[in-house]
Amino acid sequence: MKLLRFLPLALVGLVVAALVWRLANPPDTNVESGMVGKPVPAFTADATLPGKPSVSSADLSDGRPKLVNFFASWCVPCVGEAPVLTMLKQQGVPIVGIAVRDRPADLRQFLSDNGDPFERIGSDPQSKLQLAFGSAGVPETFVVDGRGIIRMQHIGPIEPDDVADLVAAVKDAR
Amino acid sequence: MIAEAGLAALWLAAALAILQIVLAFGPAQVRSVAAAPVRSIAIVEGALTVFAMAMLMWVFERTDLSVLLVAENSHSAKPWLYKVAGAWGNHEGSMLLWVTILGLAGAALAIFSRRLDTKTLTAALGAQGALALGFFGFLLLASNPFARLNPPAFEGRGLNPLLQDPGLVFHPPTLYVGYVGLSVAFSLAVGALVTGKVDSSLAKAMRPWVLGAWIMLTLGITAGSYWAYYELGWGGWWFWDPVENASLMPWLAATALLHSINVLASRDSLRAWTMMLAMIAFSMSMVGTFLVRSGVLTSVHAFAVDPERGTFILALLAFYIGAAFTLFAVRSGRLSEGPKFELVSREAALVGNNLLLTVILGIVFIGTLYPLFIEAVTGDKLSVGAPYFNAVAGPLALLLAVLVCIGPLLNWKRDSGEKLKRLIVPALVGVTVLSIALVTIPGSLLAKAGLGIAAMLAISAFLPLIGRKLMRTPLSTWGMVVAHFGIAVALAGMAASTMLTKEVLTAARPGEQVQVGPWLVEFESVTPTAGPNWTALQAELRASRGGGVTVLKPQARYYTSPPTETTESAIETVLSGQLYTVLGKPAEDGRWQLRLWWKPWVTLIWLGGALIALGGMLALGGRAWRGWRRERER
Repeated sequence: MKLLRFLPLALVGLVVAALVWRLANPPDTNVESGMVGKPVPAFTADATLPGKPSVSSADLSDGRPKLVNFFASWCVPCVGEAPVLTMLKQQGVPIVGIAVRDRPADLRQFLSDNGDPFERIGSDPQSKLQLAFGSAGVPETFVVDGRGIIRMQHIGPIEPDDVADLVAAVKDAR
Repeated sequence: MIAEAGLAALWLAAALAILQIVLAFGPAQVRSVAAAPVRSIAIVEGALTVFAMAMLMWVFERTDLSVLLVAENSHSAKPWLYKVAGAWGNHEGSMLLWVTILGLAGAALAIFSRRLDTKTLTAALGAQGALALGFFGFLLLASNPFARLNPPAFEGRGLNPLLQDPGLVFHPPTLYVGYVGLSVAFSLAVGALVTGKVDSSLAKAMRPWVLGAWIMLTLGITAGSYWAYYELGWGGWWFWDPVENASLMPWLAATALLHSINVLASRDSLRAWTMMLAMIAFSMSMVGTFLVRSGVLTSVHAFAVDPERGTFILALLAFYIGAAFTLFAVRSGRLSEGPKFELVSREAALVGNNLLLTVILGIVFIGTLYPLFIEAVTGDKLSVGAPYFNAVAGPLALLLAVLVCIGPLLNWKRDSGEKLKRLIVPALVGVTVLSIALVTIPGSLLAKAGLGIAAMLAISAFLPLIGRKLMRTPLSTWGMVVAHFGIAVALAGMAASTMLTKEVLTAARPGEQVQVGPWLVEFESVTPTAGPNWTALQAELRASRGGGVTVLKPQARYYTSPPTETTESAIETVLSGQLYTVLGKPAEDGRWQLRLWWKPWVTLIWLGGALIALGGMLALGGRAWRGWRRERER
């Protein structure tokens, strides 16, 4: 019981030590996914448009490395990213789209305005799949290898400068 | 000269604080036998800090651009109110406000606590002086608010637009009064541990301070929650953000203290425990201030991090908290715990309250600091969010709400449990509400249980009044009833809005209609508009649910100094909830992002918070009135 009275003091010491450490090592604010290096979570995402196949975790481990792009028709940076995705497709990179909180009609309009580089598009009406991938916003893109393991995460729109890196990453993921 | 006068006042106050410490704790030859000298010093010191704060507000009011702080944080084109409030919308000014309130609290302790044992009062004032000295030192050496800029700037850089809101005027001072008011409880606990006189007279001296600080914390948290709700445009009322937690933790400790102090005052029991809570409460305030001001935790309250300042405050709080708990560890063994309890009694219920509140405090504390510990030890980054806090603290909070129904019906010392029969009706009502919710509404069990318990508590809160003459019931009892009823109201709001909220995120063209919950919202137009220091795109939405039409005008604002974009949500409040609308970014094809929420009963959350604070005010007012009358009869 006597030692118990020193417990608050010991806790104070512990907290102060942690805070001193934090002051010495300022935080990095990028939210990286904890899923990088792990297999994609098991899921099936319904098709959103007729003629566009749905996406499931099995489709992501079909032996071909590919990009999984989280996007939405309501997302302004996604419009800027669209031509870059088309560029990647032209270089032979397979791209699977996940439409986050979208409506079919809006999506169709978006694809006809900005081009459609996607092999498949799955719908994620509640952002649940997005969270399962450890993604915090749209657009975000993941490199998934042939066995369905997430190799890399790209936060924010893909800029033309990023294309070479992503193509290389997809090649390495074979 | 205005700035220099303020600075001189701060130096003088610091010198007086040293004198105060020496008189209270110095060697026997110089130590003050009477309380009077220490008391006078504390009062003068308080006056000097108020003077310094007034000088800072004055230079902000004049937009004196030869003062560095004004040049960096103000602008001549700002509305008058925000110029003055801008004095505490920045690091240095807000620390000065903190110190000012600390000084005022010390002065008030010196003026009002005359009935307390002389030695305890002297030691408490000495402790208060020691607290003040550290923060004076911090201001004078590391964060001088009165530093000059030579040559003066032509124009100021302006205030963060998020802070250009009436909320800024009240939110920091309210929270600070709450935070710093707890310093008095801390100092009194230190004083009592030094002299060894922990008894009911100490509890009675401490109680108004705890109650006052707790009222302000309750108001500050409630107002801060509403501010975040309408200003950030995210539609939520609590995010478990580290800075929110930093204000919640002292509140939880103060709530526990508020109840245990009654046990100490009435039954002369829970001595060491109450002293520990008093120390924890203010320690949490200091930790909170540190977390907010140093920016060590990632949060919406992201202030610039300055490692030197962070280290200074950390050293201060490590010293104060460490010293206090060392004193506690060494001295608390000498305190006897007082009379033992019966299992069914008011004090046993209050111990239950204290245990639950302390565990919830621990949960919030661990959740807030866990990412930091993990990153320090393993290097892994993670964040702890609502799922943890809701799942772990939620059920305990509900259990506590059930205990709130029971505790006030029990007598001190011993109880037959006879009055507990009155709970049958409220319990039946609660179960009925829960069953209806289970059948009719989809959603989490926790929220449904919350709704049921809220219904039970809403009725039970008034049971302690049965059999009393209402006109002769003490105000403090009314205060308890109102505060407990407030918990029921807030809980009902939280549960109902969580389960029933409807959200629509869409891109729409002017002319289109969007359905959200019972509302049909017609998107009329987007037009440019301008204010004193901003321009905006303003949407016009016509919302109706059968009856008349309401026009809402959410804005996307662009401030010029400094250049920043903010969203100004437009909210329609009706009796049964709020329609919350946010205008987002334009898409290239003429569509606009719109975010619409229908949040039934959400207003009950803040109404409940206000009722809880009102209950505190009634109790404080009642006790002050009785104290004053007793004084006059003498």
